[in-house]
Amino acid sequence: MVSLRGVTKSYGPRRGVMDLDLEVAEGELLAVLGPNGAGKTTSLEIMEGYRRPDRGTVRVLGLDPVRDRRRCIPQLGIMLQEGGVYPSLAVGEAVRLFAAYFANPVPPEELLQLVGLSDRARSRYRTLSGGERQRLSLALALVGRPRVLFLDEPTAGMDPRARLLTWEAVREQRRRGVTVLLTTHSMEEAERLADRVAIINQGRLVALDTPSALIGAGGGGVVELETIEALTPEGEARLLALASVERSREVAPGRYLVRTASPPQALVEIASLLRDEGPPVLRLQVGGGSLEEVFLELTGGSE
Amino acid sequence: MREPQLVAPWPRSLRAQLRVELLLLLRQPENLLVILVLPVLLLALFAGARIFPAGAGRPADFLIPGVITVALMSTGMVTLGISTAYQRYYRVLKRLGGSPLPTFVLVLAKAGAVLLVEVGQVALLLVIGRLFFGWSGEVLGALPLMLLGSVCFAGLGLTLAGALRAELTLGGANGLYLLFLVVGGVVLPIDHLPGWLQPVAGALPPALLSSALRAALGSTAQTGSTVLLLALWTVVLAGSASLLFRWE
Repeated sequence: MVSLRGVTKSYGPRRGVMDLDLEVAEGELLAVLGPNGAGKTTSLEIMEGYRRPDRGTVRVLGLDPVRDRRRCIPQLGIMLQEGGVYPSLAVGEAVRLFAAYFANPVPPEELLQLVGLSDRARSRYRTLSGGERQRLSLALALVGRPRVLFLDEPTAGMDPRARLLTWEAVREQRRRGVTVLLTTHSMEEAERLADRVAIINQGRLVALDTPSALIGAGGGGVVELETIEALTPEGEARLLALASVERSREVAPGRYLVRTASPPQALVEIASLLRDEGPPVLRLQVGGGSLEEVFLELTGGSE
Repeated sequence: MREPQLVAPWPRSLRAQLRVELLLLLRQPENLLVILVLPVLLLALFAGARIFPAGAGRPADFLIPGVITVALMSTGMVTLGISTAYQRYYRVLKRLGGSPLPTFVLVLAKAGAVLLVEVGQVALLLVIGRLFFGWSGEVLGALPLMLLGSVCFAGLGLTLAGALRAELTLGGANGLYLLFLVVGGVVLPIDHLPGWLQPVAGALPPALLSSALRAALGSTAQTGSTVLLLALWTVVLAGSASLLFRWE
């Protein structure tokens, strides 16, 4: 349904995505997880046809989303991270406008009901709360009965009730056989919704599996971390202080095997720690290095 | 491969898009101010001013072409330019680019909305001119010129929107508008300007359009070079607008 092979897109150093390989099956719900600036939005925008990759091939519904845009776009539902609606347009007007682009749209009233905005139909976009704007944006993504849905942080800034409602709307799409790709910061969201989770860090895919496999059958796992230079003692202390990190062992200068109850959570936490405080990460992935190193870590771990 | 019809027939999208573009142009109070209130106010204020050469006919003969020029600037340069820049800023254009709405339908809808507003403006100004200021002129022959000027100012507004960030487009379009009110020969004759400024001001679109309109509406003789220069501006500005246009 969606396939990326060796996709690379760079915007200067440390931005963009590198050598991304991804296959999403029809009807699958894939969550893309990663810290800010990891390349989640870039990956999505490449699949939506907004960006042409520097290298690699992209196929969505068997089509090149840039070259075959006119055939591709009507079958996609796109929700941008923010904005996308004329600020002085009312909710109902926006939905009716987008409905007029499609031959067989979902009736606007039904759609507003689905995202819980029926009572806001006459409110202007600029007067909506962040969560309401997101839900309108979701409605606009759904109006054309898409086969593939791209949701960029669909629940960012939502209160818990709106989040549950949005989750239910997304699950409903999945039940109908729609393929869904969504980005998120939230482990919980990924676990609750996704068939598989892709974790992206500094533009690279570092893990791709079902939530349960990633979390490990209760046993946790090992994350391998390699940095340009060794962590300072303070850096190491911060690493160990992360909620998900049980212990860590420096197996070579600047190379660490980290024992954790939750590898995906550890990936996200380590990635954002080092993004903020450095040093730059060379490698961050689930499962570590050689068998010997894993064995050493599991048996001899420091601290 | 089977190709079920997923996209609405374009006339239906066009109708919906045109309706929304028109609604948005008229919904903002600040737009109504520059589109309607300012041109009418300028006409009323300057009709009583004693700055027009004696024996050159009624003030309205000078002013009506001038305020029509102002009206076209208000809609094409100020309102269209600023709203387009902000639609990019709010990612509306990006989102539309990710919808099945064909680009030509979006362009037609925006052009149609602007033209409908301008038809309303011109009609209002002419009616006021006839009723209150004794203006009488022949309009039909001037319509092609108004269309040319309209494209010229829309091109200028969209060029600003394409070249500048939204806030700078806002400032730039309003700044140019003020400048053109003074040096555009619209309500103030060009020969009231300092001598060194006159040739420059006279070669800018507002002065070209207003003087060509004065001729076409019957109060002075038409000069081919004026229309030619305005057409040249129009080609350049429409070209730069389409070159600089960005979806996001």
